[in-house]
Amino acid sequence: MEAADTLLDVRGVRRSFPKAGGGDLLVLDDVDLKLVDGEIVGLLGRSGSGKSTLLRIISGLSRPTSGSVTYLGRGVDGPAPGIAMVFQSFALFPWLTVLENVQLGLEALALPPKEIRARALAAIDLIGLDGYESAYPRELSGGMRQRVGFARALVVHPNILLMDEPFSALDVLTAENLRTDFLDLWQEGQLPIKGVILVTHNIEEAVLMCDRVLLFASNPGHIATEIKVDLPQPRHRQDPAFLAIVDRIYVEMTAHRAERAQRHERFPGTGIGTVLPRVSANLLSGLIETLAAVPYSGKADLPEVASKNQLEIDELFPAAETLQMLRLAELEGGDIKLTATGKRYAEADLNTRKEIFARALMSYVPLAARIRRVLDERVNHSAPKTRFLDELEDYMAPQAAEETLRTVVSWGRFGELFAYDDEHRLFSLENPA
Amino acid sequence: MRILPPVSIESRGFLPSRWDVLAALLVLSFLVLFANLSQLLVEPLTRLAAAPVSLDPSHLPEYAARTAVRMLIALGVSLLFTFTYATLAAKSERAGRLLIPLLDILQSVPILGFISVTVVFFLSLAPGRVLGAELAAIFAIFTSQAWNMAFSFYQSLRTVPVELTEAGKLFGLNAWARFWRIEVPFAMPSLIWNMMMSMSGGWFFVVASEAIGVGNTTVTLPGIGSYIAAAIAQSNLSAIYWAIGAMLIVILIYDQLLFRPLVAWADRFRFDEQQSEAPPRAWALTMLRRSRLVKAVSNPGSALMSWTFRLAPPRMPVRHLQSPVWQRTLTIGWNASIFALAAFAAWRIGTFIAAGISLAEALHCVGLGFITMLRVLVLIALASVIWTPIGIYVGLRPGLARVVQPIAQFLAAFPANLLFPVAVSLIVAFSLDPDIWLSPLMVLGTQWYILFNVIAGASTLPMELRDVGANLGVSGWLWWRKVALPGVFPFYLTGAITASGGSWNAAIVAEVATWGSHTLHAHGLGAYIAEATAAGDFRRIVLGIAVMSLLVTVVNRVLWRPLYSHAERRFRLA
Repeated sequence: MEAADTLLDVRGVRRSFPKAGGGDLLVLDDVDLKLVDGEIVGLLGRSGSGKSTLLRIISGLSRPTSGSVTYLGRGVDGPAPGIAMVFQSFALFPWLTVLENVQLGLEALALPPKEIRARALAAIDLIGLDGYESAYPRELSGGMRQRVGFARALVVHPNILLMDEPFSALDVLTAENLRTDFLDLWQEGQLPIKGVILVTHNIEEAVLMCDRVLLFASNPGHIATEIKVDLPQPRHRQDPAFLAIVDRIYVEMTAHRAERAQRHERFPGTGIGTVLPRVSANLLSGLIETLAAVPYSGKADLPEVASKNQLEIDELFPAAETLQMLRLAELEGGDIKLTATGKRYAEADLNTRKEIFARALMSYVPLAARIRRVLDERVNHSAPKTRFLDELEDYMAPQAAEETLRTVVSWGRFGELFAYDDEHRLFSLENPA
Repeated sequence: MRILPPVSIESRGFLPSRWDVLAALLVLSFLVLFANLSQLLVEPLTRLAAAPVSLDPSHLPEYAARTAVRMLIALGVSLLFTFTYATLAAKSERAGRLLIPLLDILQSVPILGFISVTVVFFLSLAPGRVLGAELAAIFAIFTSQAWNMAFSFYQSLRTVPVELTEAGKLFGLNAWARFWRIEVPFAMPSLIWNMMMSMSGGWFFVVASEAIGVGNTTVTLPGIGSYIAAAIAQSNLSAIYWAIGAMLIVILIYDQLLFRPLVAWADRFRFDEQQSEAPPRAWALTMLRRSRLVKAVSNPGSALMSWTFRLAPPRMPVRHLQSPVWQRTLTIGWNASIFALAAFAAWRIGTFIAAGISLAEALHCVGLGFITMLRVLVLIALASVIWTPIGIYVGLRPGLARVVQPIAQFLAAFPANLLFPVAVSLIVAFSLDPDIWLSPLMVLGTQWYILFNVIAGASTLPMELRDVGANLGVSGWLWWRKVALPGVFPFYLTGAITASGGSWNAAIVAEVATWGSHTLHAHGLGAYIAEATAAGDFRRIVLGIAVMSLLVTVVNRVLWRPLYSHAERRFRLA
């Protein structure tokens, strides 16, 4: 019953990594995905939600622990000709010229030199790199480098183009310019590709480019919802229908977090194993001040805050959720609202803010409370970092444990709950004052 | 490009792992094996008949050319070793666990020690002919060049950006093609830098390895080294000056024809994104690039190369994960065979040394080792006190640095042992104490590593940091303590580690120095090994080498490695 125009079929893909202390860490759980001819599918989610892992599995660079990836009816068991990728960091070879970079994939296909050259020049022409053939990547601006990345992927005439956050390393205007050019070529049918999978964490970018957006949620990474975008191209950011879809994605993304938070509370004692995002106390204060000030006066629409303050979702969501965790704000249906404590925080001076923050940490961040309690109990009021790192690694991957500890250190320092000496990797109660 | 010290700095602990112990055992048993062989072979090979070396300066061009060719061959062999050994160590976790400690031990073995125990073996390969001696000399130079090149290549292989490898895989490059098109280019700048360093070290030992006597076996190969040896034996100072002049010219030619073009060519392989302000240029490279003849020759070569890239199937399925049971069996089997080998090695070493050496002698040897260690540390400290401030002063003045930097690098390349006769004649003339005055010879050639690394560090100190210092009125001792010294510290350490390793090696030549009929002895492990070599006493050679390797490794672990990791965490300006 396979539809004739199915390019790619991902079924029940799971991926886990062995944990340091034994056991497996699941990063991708039961993912189904189908890509049909003529479609751009977006994978939208935060870092750590497994979308890049999925992209690597689709490309054949890594293998799923279970489940299958089928490309044009054949299982993918390694890099497949016909699937090309554009990288976030461009991944150009700095020692090859633009032309040589573009020719690389064709040379591996063992085509005759004449054809290699002709096709490479055609791709360079198509993507607007004429005149740059003999330049080295380091001579080019970011936007031009990514154009080389596109030309290199397109020149092998792939059926599927995978894009791993291709515009996120570029500045806003350059990214917009490159997106528009790409969509124009796609719409005019000038690109030798049949389908696109785009990984992104930019909601507007997903709505601008994609026909379908799959929302990823984390822990473990899975597809939470699918949102169809059936607006005609070219799309406009100010179009009410466009804004409605953006809004809906915000609502979905906050809703899933809230649901998950509740699930956590049903298992008392797991609180210490919560992964803390890297959000600085300064960002939190800034967000509270913004929310407290006009025009929001305590309550705001998340998409609006994001676009007005140029916050990526990778910054805004963690910050908003941290405020919610500390009971300084509440999230509901894509809106964020300061609590009474949050409002008091906004008006307080620095020392009072530190007090409020410290109290919130002690009440709602079990890890911070645990560290403080251990330090209080010990005779010398100090404890090595490994003491807590080992404990965290029972719940999460080593890297996440490091990150979580780094976050709690920075919060603890701001709230003056405890001190940390990185030189000796030691927590203590003394401040050098 | 980051310049790394030529010792393994990946792990921070200084307690030896079982792999370190194993590596040490393997290297030592290898030496014992050769020493054993040498004892058997040494008699029938007395005195290699070779043309006597003439001190007539008109022979110098020929001698210089022979020496230079030896260097080049050894460099080629070192490259081959680097590409295979380091690649294996980086690609196979199982192999790397042994190969890296092994490399660490190998680089701590004094190079002249390698010569002492292997020369007889090489001579026996081609009895009565010069070929064996040539092989011995080339092997000695190889041991002075290969280790740091392999380290640098290994480090590069481990840091190839993941996305480049992934892009290579996605665009259908097989492992062979990825090696030549991604990994080697990525490693190229630091590999070439290390080749230059190796060459500097090599000059020192080529001079020592052309005229060497082990017991009754004397090897005299026509070359600058034996020319100098003859000049020393005959107390001919003007011949020494001729040799120094010839050496300068050879080094200059190497620089102009080989390294400058290589550096200029490798500039395109730099991975950082900035354009360099003044890309290095070399007239020789420009000439090559414009020559039609070169193109005609190299085009078929590169065509052949790209043909090999397509030989293997371009798509390789990603490896299935092996089953845990099979993995575990494999690991256990591997470990078991390794440890059986280690036990055997330990037994051989024990019986070899114990057969002719008393405990008292061994302790005496260790005592001498401490004297030499003291010399090395004091001299490195002295050299640091002198060259660090000068390096900072120079490095902060770009105009001056451009002039001084190449001179310092050139001085590091110049074999300091050419100057020994001059020093010895002075010590004899003023009847000074050799225990003190021979010591500076150990750092004569190695101190420059400190200087040019500090210059490099000071010139990368961000302008903003210096401006802040000036803005806040930080000056005098406070400026040195808070701004300049911490800023260059990681660079200084790389220089000091390299210099320290070189000085240990130089000890064997520097602690016993001869001028005509005068022979000066300083007390130390270097002199112990040198004398054992002259007497053809293989037990004492092996004992001396073992003690020196042990001390070098301990100093690296206890002093340099912790300092380096501390510097990386505290002082590295990202």
